[in-house]
Amino acid sequence: MSNHKISHQQRIGDQPWLRRLLIGLAFLLVGVLLVVPLIAIFAQALSAGLNVFWVNVSDKYTLHAIGLTLLVAALTVPLNLVFGVFLAWLVTRFEFPGRRILMTLIDIPFAVSPVVAGLMYLLLYGSNGWVGSWLMEHDLQLMFAWPGIVMVTVFITCPFVARELIPLMQQQGSSEEEAALSLGASGWQMFRRVTLPNIKWALLYGVVLTNARAVGEFGAVSVVSGNIRGETNTLPLHVELLYQDYNLVGAFTSATLLAALALLTLVVKTFLEWRQQQSAS
Amino acid sequence: MSLKFKRLGKTLIASGLTLALTSPTVLAEQPSLLNSSYDIARELFASYNEHFNDHWQEKTGQKVEIKQSHAGSSRQAQAIIQGLRADVVTYNQVTDVDILHERGKLLPKDWRQKLPNASSPYYSTMAFLVRKDNPKNIKDWDDLIRDDVDLVLPNPKTSGNGRYSYLAALGYAQLKFNKDEAKVDAFLRRFLGQVAVFDTGGRGATNTFVERGIGDALLTFESEIQGVITAFPDQEFQIVVPSSSFLAEFPVAVVEKPAKRNGNFELATAYLEHLYTQDSQRLLASFNYRVHDPVVKAETAANFPDLKLLTIEEIAGDWKNAMQVHFASGGKLDQLQRR
Repeated sequence: MSNHKISHQQRIGDQPWLRRLLIGLAFLLVGVLLVVPLIAIFAQALSAGLNVFWVNVSDKYTLHAIGLTLLVAALTVPLNLVFGVFLAWLVTRFEFPGRRILMTLIDIPFAVSPVVAGLMYLLLYGSNGWVGSWLMEHDLQLMFAWPGIVMVTVFITCPFVARELIPLMQQQGSSEEEAALSLGASGWQMFRRVTLPNIKWALLYGVVLTNARAVGEFGAVSVVSGNIRGETNTLPLHVELLYQDYNLVGAFTSATLLAALALLTLVVKTFLEWRQQQSAS
Repeated sequence: MSLKFKRLGKTLIASGLTLALTSPTVLAEQPSLLNSSYDIARELFASYNEHFNDHWQEKTGQKVEIKQSHAGSSRQAQAIIQGLRADVVTYNQVTDVDILHERGKLLPKDWRQKLPNASSPYYSTMAFLVRKDNPKNIKDWDDLIRDDVDLVLPNPKTSGNGRYSYLAALGYAQLKFNKDEAKVDAFLRRFLGQVAVFDTGGRGATNTFVERGIGDALLTFESEIQGVITAFPDQEFQIVVPSSSFLAEFPVAVVEKPAKRNGNFELATAYLEHLYTQDSQRLLASFNYRVHDPVVKAETAANFPDLKLLTIEEIAGDWKNAMQVHFASGGKLDQLQRR
């Protein structure tokens, strides 16, 4: 009787042949969809030899694109780090009217297509826009220059840190912080010695995601960049540009730089996830 | 352990910042000229910029940094209207320069009178690129409407290049049927019916034909075709120049408002005027553009087969009319594409 019952409770993947089939299928799909294209990028980049690869990497415009991309990330990440912590703290530690609306508003950059985000900024800050015409009178150039690229990247990546922190901070509650305060800690001491250690790994995870997106963003940046080679061309835009110049090796070389950054990000992310689990248990 | 990682993080950030800040000219302000150009002119202006720089340095002892921005010319014009501070435009569409006057008053209405040949230092026409040994035996527009011939061209809705091919086909049909509208429409309907892929831009269409191997004939500028033949020698593509085609002008203009604000007006004017010198015309001809200089014309006659060149005035009256009748929403192009 009990045997009979167990056999009824068997799950779909319990037959060994089916299990092997499903696992095999998963590996096959991951291989075909993810691993093979990634290998293809590296193979194409190196297809003309290591020498050509280096010539392409050290090209004036490629170096500039790398520099600009790093600059964008270097400005975006700290800004969104502060913004994300501030916002997460605000919505998880305080009750105020409009809190729910604020939490929904954070998600706008996720919901809006990057191209639309870029166009919004262009229409507002471009020379025909409300703010743009004022900027023009004062001879300030934001769009089609690096500040515009940073602005849209900040917009696109601003939810990542807050979205990582909010669930964690909600779950942790504020009791430890209240204890610190009641024992005489100042606000800053409490933040540094109680709040920050608690959210450390989630925060770093958010930073990694922010960085990955800031480095890789194409759509929004493409709208406000103006495609000026050696001036407003980020690495993702540079890949497309080289591809359209028939410089396949060059395009794939720049693509490997991006892919390498992505792989590095993945390694860091995996490590941080592992640490997060460790510190949670 | 965690101390180690802290240190690593610090080093990483520091090195990233150093790289970002020391990389050339990210933040540096340099005297420079910005040329906003069409999609497939990259190689041409890379070469001309060097040529002009030599001339300018000889004349003034000064070196200029000339920056290039390339994309579909309608998109480029839109960026300038939105505030991109280009000093000069070098486009493949008269209408895209006109719009800079209409929408932003960025240059005078009579910009076409500022430089010789209606401000078009070079021109080209629409021709066909076919595969090795011309297997479908394509000779003229009549062969393009055969059922066994697949065409690749950029979408006339989004691309000047595509518009030119459409107008070239229209011009040929008008000549052939003596402007009998029903017959001309039927010809165009069959022509559009043979299109396998409508790409959004010139380079996209070329990539579709060359890299993806789609289609029997690619319709694009004669200049682009010669470039493709040189870039892919092992494919042994061939050019077919039809009996008549469209006169594609390449207008250039100083975008006066931003150029003056950048303090570049003289430099920008010199940059464009220099396109008309004999040496520059020879350079333009080497990029397979047709030029006006009689000496260079005679030297390169062998590369540019004679054909009947039709102007926009002959085919559709003027650009405004052409846009309204053919390319506007619900216009001829939309009607003829319905199957």
